[in-house]
Amino acid sequence: MPIIEIVFYLFSTVLVLSALSVITVGNPIHAVLFLILSFFSAACIWILLQAEFLAITLVLVYVGAVMVLFLFVVMMLDVNVTSVKEGFARYLPAGVLVALAMAVQLFLVIWTRGMETVPLPAAEEEGYSHTSMIGELLYTEYLYAFEIAAVLLLVAIIAAISLTHRRRPETKYQDPSRQVRVKRDERLRVIKMKSEGEDA
Amino acid sequence: MLTLAHFITLGAVLFCIGVAGIFLNRKNVLILLMCIELMLLSVNMNFIAFSRFLDVLDGQVFVFFILTVAAAEAAIGLALLVVLFRNRRSISVEDISDLRG
Repeated sequence: MPIIEIVFYLFSTVLVLSALSVITVGNPIHAVLFLILSFFSAACIWILLQAEFLAITLVLVYVGAVMVLFLFVVMMLDVNVTSVKEGFARYLPAGVLVALAMAVQLFLVIWTRGMETVPLPAAEEEGYSHTSMIGELLYTEYLYAFEIAAVLLLVAIIAAISLTHRRRPETKYQDPSRQVRVKRDERLRVIKMKSEGEDA
Repeated sequence: MLTLAHFITLGAVLFCIGVAGIFLNRKNVLILLMCIELMLLSVNMNFIAFSRFLDVLDGQVFVFFILTVAAAEAAIGLALLVVLFRNRRSISVEDISDLRG
């Protein structure tokens, strides 16, 4: 058995087992840690498919940022772990049935349509960089989509902040609309008075 | 011999696990969000496998965009979850039934 198959079966076993653990452990902290393990194994399989840039992005952005955000929220929420498992047995038959039905349908499509005869293409020659090819594609053909993705991230930042922002009553802040609406009479008073120098 | 079907099967198995997870975890919205992440991962796996076997890099660019959208989705979803927990002291799906759906 060639080394590439051993690597594939090893990492896909770890991936499937850790994904199964994510949905069955119950404790959210363990679930996040298993999800991190499954992302790592998925990144290894992506490297096997010569998608190095995306594999590194998955580890850096997903494990480094999104999963840490998940862990942060889990720690902050203080969820009652014992009540999490309730109702698990009640929905087990329906969930397993739907998942198995979907799996059977997908396997029927995948293994009867000639996909099992397509071999893995030969590796690119040394020095070939997928990262620079993706960069070229991203900054020419997909430039508008790339910029829309940037705007989308900005929207997500603003939405997340405005959703979770709490206004404290004791904080002093300016109200720009009141500042703009102000009239001269509210701020400035002209008084008539005698000049003080002449009488003396 | 590794073929396209092996990688697509792995994606299909991951997707089914994600769907089963959404059915099973009625007590915790957090794990539902994680199941959505698993399903997105399986879609990305399919995109990368097809991109490699067809030798077209556009699939990898699509995965890049999916990762971006998924990060935005996770951030907004977690923000909603924090607001929900602040208002109701619970993140169970079964407690969210005000609309009698």
